[in-house]
Amino acid sequence: MGNAFQRAKALPLSGKVGLALVIFWLAVALFGPMLAPYPVGAFVAYDVFDAQSAKHWLGSDYLGRDVLSRLLSGARYTVGLAAAAALLASTTGTALALTAAVGGSKVDEPLSRFMDMLISIPSKIFSLVLVAAFGSSLGLLLLIAAFTYVPGNYRIARALAVNLAQMDYVQVARARGEGRFHIAIAEILPNMIHPLLADFGLRFVFIVLLLSGLSFLGLGVQPPDADLGSLVRENISGLGEGALAILAPAVAIATLTVGVNLLIDAIGFSGKGKGR
Amino acid sequence: MAGASTRSGMSAALTLIGKRFASSLLTLLLVSMTIFVIAQLLPGDAAQEALGQSATPEQVAALRHEMGLDRPAHVRYVSWLAGMVSGDPGQSLVANMPVSEVIAERLPNSLLLAALSALVALPVALAIGIGSAMNRGGRIDRALNIVTLSMVAVPEFLVATIAVLIFSVKLRWLPSIAMASSDMGWGDYLRGVAMPILTLSVIVIAQMARMTRAAVIDQMDRPYVEMAVLKGVAPVRIVLRHIMPNAIAPIVNAMALSLSYLLGGAVIVETIFNYPGLASLMVNAVTSRDMPLLQACAMIFCAAYLILMLIADVTAILANPRLRAQ
Repeated sequence: MGNAFQRAKALPLSGKVGLALVIFWLAVALFGPMLAPYPVGAFVAYDVFDAQSAKHWLGSDYLGRDVLSRLLSGARYTVGLAAAAALLASTTGTALALTAAVGGSKVDEPLSRFMDMLISIPSKIFSLVLVAAFGSSLGLLLLIAAFTYVPGNYRIARALAVNLAQMDYVQVARARGEGRFHIAIAEILPNMIHPLLADFGLRFVFIVLLLSGLSFLGLGVQPPDADLGSLVRENISGLGEGALAILAPAVAIATLTVGVNLLIDAIGFSGKGKGR
Repeated sequence: MAGASTRSGMSAALTLIGKRFASSLLTLLLVSMTIFVIAQLLPGDAAQEALGQSATPEQVAALRHEMGLDRPAHVRYVSWLAGMVSGDPGQSLVANMPVSEVIAERLPNSLLLAALSALVALPVALAIGIGSAMNRGGRIDRALNIVTLSMVAVPEFLVATIAVLIFSVKLRWLPSIAMASSDMGWGDYLRGVAMPILTLSVIVIAQMARMTRAAVIDQMDRPYVEMAVLKGVAPVRIVLRHIMPNAIAPIVNAMALSLSYLLGGAVIVETIFNYPGLASLMVNAVTSRDMPLLQACAMIFCAAYLILMLIADVTAILANPRLRAQ
């Protein structure tokens, strides 16, 4: 813990800002709904698109609901869904990459060709097709977002794993007669965990943007549930008057993704791979 | 191949380009299979969807037969693919007219939007990328790094919202809804699409500038640049005469990757500004589950992506002096 604290202190300013934003949004996702001043769906203001006031810190939305309460609950959906999807994408992609690295060219070739094919479908387009085919319940959205970003993680993890598989210490392990599973899990995986964590952060950012984008289009999280993207969508009629109800959730998404990006950049891993 | 004589250099390059072209075609074919399979997996089918819950099984069966849905999947795939290739991807279920006509109406709008955004984004991104590379580690570079790093992570609708607030709510310069129709003059058209272009450009510029900077810096660390520095060549000349010719391939690659982002970003931007382009058409197709239209749109986007990647790779091949030498 002391080590982590010292590392945080050694970060450049941008990294500290990023770290603070990430911790802030994690805390909001965990505890935010408990702090909400009003119930999420309650109509509490007489006016729609109120400006900020002592009663409603972020004003009211298009139906006169409290924006702050809805934002606190929406953040939990956005952060929770994206974190789960990013975790699923990273573990699946990495597991497949390790299989390819220790499985020889018979496994590696077809798997890599297949992933190359998937990666040449733009991610937003791919997820739109998936949503059209399967629908967009919360569970399906999680799977769709994860599936969309597996190929990107696979590509990076495979490049790392194939390099490590050629190293002397892995050859020694092989000569010792260790099984493929042991080589993948105990020899290769521990040495690629650092770049993989950075890649996890990037996947998380991509998935937050993808899911908010889908919700913004009305194809993501469905009412009565609402993530931050849904909040932007439902208040779009307030755009003409510059309502806080539309700015607040959009800025919330941006601070979350920018925070993760700043943190990854400061830790010093140059993210390579397909952009969003 | 590196040992090829200069005379066969060009033909070696042509062989490489041919191979690269063939592999793009193969990928496109596999992509079409993937999209077809996913689109056919939906619970229920288009006939049931079109007739609604109250239809009798006989009616559904009759419509299924009429739409050709009772044929085996591979037969349907081949006939769909043949239709795509010959420019007739079927009938749009919702618009009740040929998909090709619906798309023909929207595609030029999207291409124009993409072209104008690229036109705005390319010079700015190159200037920022090269500028910050030359200032590597300096204040300007670090500031630009933070700015572009943040911009790539900002959702399109925030950029769009802020643009609307500034330019149409506060300053009242531009309309908040994109107008585009054939009977408009160029001036009106440009005013109408200024904000979609602005929104798309902002994010593309950030991405492209970052990749350009990386490409230039990668070259700066090479011995030949150190040599030029030691000779006392002026910095601007080093970048333009020494580095740029060698960085062309990665920079074109960066451009292609960023421009391919225009395809996805357009989905949000066209919708928020109500721009009648292909991406908003595709979103409508998803909402109404108009599968023939959706499949055709998806294929166009994938083909566009593959073409951009092909251009990037062909440029890399042609920019390699070992292959280009005549």
